[in-house]
Amino acid sequence: MTGSTAIRVETLSKTFDTAAVLHDLSLDVRAGELLALLGPSGSGKTTLLRIIAGLDFPDRGRIVFGAEDATRLPVQQRAVGFVFQHYALFKHMTVADNIAYGLNARKRADRPGKSEIKRRVGDLLDLIKLSGFADRYPSQLSGGQRQRIALARALAVEPRVLLLDEPFGALDAQVRKDLRRWLREIHDRTGQTTIFVTHDQDEALELSDRVAVLAKGRLEQIGTPDEVQEAPVSSTVLKFLGDTIEVEAIAQGGEVRVEGRLTPVTAPAGLVGPVKLYARPWQLQFAESHEAHLHGTVRSSYRSQGRQRIEVDRPEGKTVVVEASDTARLPAGRAVGLRILAGHVFAG
Amino acid sequence: MPPPLRPRRRFRQPSVIPGFGLTLGYTLTCLGLIVLLPLAALVVRASGLGLSGIWEVATDPRVASALRVSFGVSALAALTASVFGFLVAWVLTRYEFPGRRIVDAVVDLPFALPTAVAGIALASLYAPNGLVGAQLAKLGIEAAYTPLGIFIAMVFIGLPFAVRTVQPLIVEIDREIEEASATLGAGRIQTLTRVVLPPLIPAVLTGFALAFARGVGEYGSIIFIAGNLPYVSEIAPLLIVIKLSEFDYGGACAIATIMLGISFVTLLVINLIQAWSRRRFGYV
Amino acid sequence: MSEIATDLPRPQAASVVTEGGLVRGLLVTVAIVFLALFLVLPLVTVFVQAFAKGWDAYLAAFREPDALSAIRLTLITAAIAVPFNLVFGIAASWAIAKFEFTGKNLLVTLIDLPFSVSPVVSGLIYVLVFGSQGLLGPWLIEHDIQIIFALPGIVLATIFVTFPFVARQLIPLMQEQGTAEEEAALTLGASGWHAFRTVTLPNIRWGLLYSVLLCNARAMGEFGAVSVVSGHIRGLTNTLPLHVEILYNEYNFVASFAVASLLAGLALVTLGLKSLLEWRYAGDLAASGRRH
Repeated sequence: MTGSTAIRVETLSKTFDTAAVLHDLSLDVRAGELLALLGPSGSGKTTLLRIIAGLDFPDRGRIVFGAEDATRLPVQQRAVGFVFQHYALFKHMTVADNIAYGLNARKRADRPGKSEIKRRVGDLLDLIKLSGFADRYPSQLSGGQRQRIALARALAVEPRVLLLDEPFGALDAQVRKDLRRWLREIHDRTGQTTIFVTHDQDEALELSDRVAVLAKGRLEQIGTPDEVQEAPVSSTVLKFLGDTIEVEAIAQGGEVRVEGRLTPVTAPAGLVGPVKLYARPWQLQFAESHEAHLHGTVRSSYRSQGRQRIEVDRPEGKTVVVEASDTARLPAGRAVGLRILAGHVFAG
Repeated sequence: MPPPLRPRRRFRQPSVIPGFGLTLGYTLTCLGLIVLLPLAALVVRASGLGLSGIWEVATDPRVASALRVSFGVSALAALTASVFGFLVAWVLTRYEFPGRRIVDAVVDLPFALPTAVAGIALASLYAPNGLVGAQLAKLGIEAAYTPLGIFIAMVFIGLPFAVRTVQPLIVEIDREIEEASATLGAGRIQTLTRVVLPPLIPAVLTGFALAFARGVGEYGSIIFIAGNLPYVSEIAPLLIVIKLSEFDYGGACAIATIMLGISFVTLLVINLIQAWSRRRFGYV
Repeated sequence: MSEIATDLPRPQAASVVTEGGLVRGLLVTVAIVFLALFLVLPLVTVFVQAFAKGWDAYLAAFREPDALSAIRLTLITAAIAVPFNLVFGIAASWAIAKFEFTGKNLLVTLIDLPFSVSPVVSGLIYVLVFGSQGLLGPWLIEHDIQIIFALPGIVLATIFVTFPFVARQLIPLMQEQGTAEEEAALTLGASGWHAFRTVTLPNIRWGLLYSVLLCNARAMGEFGAVSVVSGHIRGLTNTLPLHVEILYNEYNFVASFAVASLLAGLALVTLGLKSLLEWRYAGDLAASGRRH
């Protein structure tokens, strides 16, 4: 399904008042893919989404839909389906009227007949599994139901692209998980090109075909969830995708040493001298002193979801968190050695 | 890497919502024609008199006396309205009693009742042969046709301002801070004076200023009960009307300018109180 | 989504931290007695005096041609001033609430200005512009256009004193509602006008009704400003409040209070509907509905 470029974002720049929110950002969205825009708050991801929708205007750059330059196309003519963070359902309309809104807003000549609209609304309600809810008002629905109605309303106009702004942001943890899976199913069923904005890395990695990581208005990396996790292009991406331990290291000839001891991590060609090594908590292992890269004393340990997490104070004052499946509890104050099993290095 | 964009300040943040030019243009046109232009006419006319001309009118004994009556009585009335307004607001938000909703609605009566209607009603009540006036006469108090009558009318029209500015803030008070104060050993009076009342002071002051400004400008509800005796119970707005009927436009403008000036100062003071309140308490 | 209610919330559940029962009872009594004496008694007086000489005397007040023409003039004035301020209020609140631009606070302050101007001064400024000695006076006389001492002057003065009503009610309401629903409508293909009609207008309808109610009460009851520009020509430029004044000054108390009772009735209906709206649609009226 995925293939040709559906939307091309070219060298987009945007400032708000005095703060720059997008810097020269370029991005291709493939037809039929589910793309996550991932970034911390203030990274410009929502602004990018709104510019694609035509709800905001870039200072520079272009938005191309297929072969058509859409930069100046009014929002009404872009045929996008936008799901707002807080849904923006029309409070005074029933669920059915909300979903039918886009169809009813069309000029008489393009407007489907009453029965056709009713049929389409019914189909969409079936799709989102809320068939009995046509005559309810938004205030009578739960958060998750409102979210689904907002999605149906956006799909009703048969958009070229579906845009979702923090779609699960306002929901409880459990509802969020269910809806994630459900959105993936809908996407697989409809093949609708979809972009969604999130600050939750788990959400982005679990749900999407590709992830675009944004930071400070720039595109750091775009790739499949596996690509960005296995080969992050910068420490920013790496740090944003999960907990990390940061260690001073020396690189030479592709080899990386920590406190003089060789690690299994390889440095990219050309990276020589003092570098930073980043490892995930599970990429460390307790080891005998003569095999260890790091030394320290146990500060505390706790269990979380079947894993043991141990905080280790290093002599120079930093604390690292190690994850181990060992069930033995390590008493506080015990001296331990840590061995690095894997990681990434970037210039310090 | 391209050079960083030079941040720009715009008159308006771009928005996809249509109609800005049309609605703002219409707003400014109406505002200009209905409000600003006529007010400018007053300023032009008054500046023709010059400061000395205005001063001359203001120091005319009859005008000076009218201004004194308007401002002095209004200040007293606003003070009274603030005290009772606070009491009413407190009772309405804190206590449950039968007819609470009706009492709450009654507070807005002076907003809704045309001033002339209030005026003749107050006059007939407080006249020497009126329901209240007769009782007061027994005590040797004359209300109608004296500054006391003006005071009563000004309390009447000022009260809703006093109530409605403090009421929402009393609603907002978190009961937990009172409970916290009590657990720390404070008595009820201490809790009220040290914890509950201080944050309400800005609102009380704002309510006072609004009631004061309204009292100074008020005309309809006062002239019937005031008796309008020059040097005794004549208010400044009435003097404007009198000057106008004598075709003394200059005199009317001078008094109007003074009153306008005072109400702008009041407005400024209200804004300062609110700015201070925002800084100090985080809300208005 | 936070909704700021203008409705009167119930007092919070009884806390041990409150005043004693005796103090409570005393304060409630003082408040009620004060309100009864200062606010309710004058209202009651209007009706008592109006019916002091019975139904026939009451009704006679409305058989006067002057009274009928005053009613007509008041209705005409309100019928022009209220819709004018309705349109203005919607336009102003749209521009102010839905957009960010420099000078917005100044604009809001200027719109509020008429509330802080004495009614008499509000009338005076129109005399200064349109009166025979006014800025445009000579030109108007030359073209035989009468504004002061005529309907246009009365309407203008009424528009001035009621100018902020609708705008100041709608601005906080629309600000609170934000722009997300309008944006949603636009992404679904609606034109700006269609979005306004189908999304914005239904969202503000109760606030709109509320403000129109108050605007109308003030428009029909305005006395000071209208008194200055009307010229008090009986049967021609007398509105209801001015007619009340004339009758009162002629010691025709029954007729004066009878006409006043009409206006008091309007005030009561307004208050009743207002309270009903506040009670029923508190969340849809939004912030700051209380101050005028």
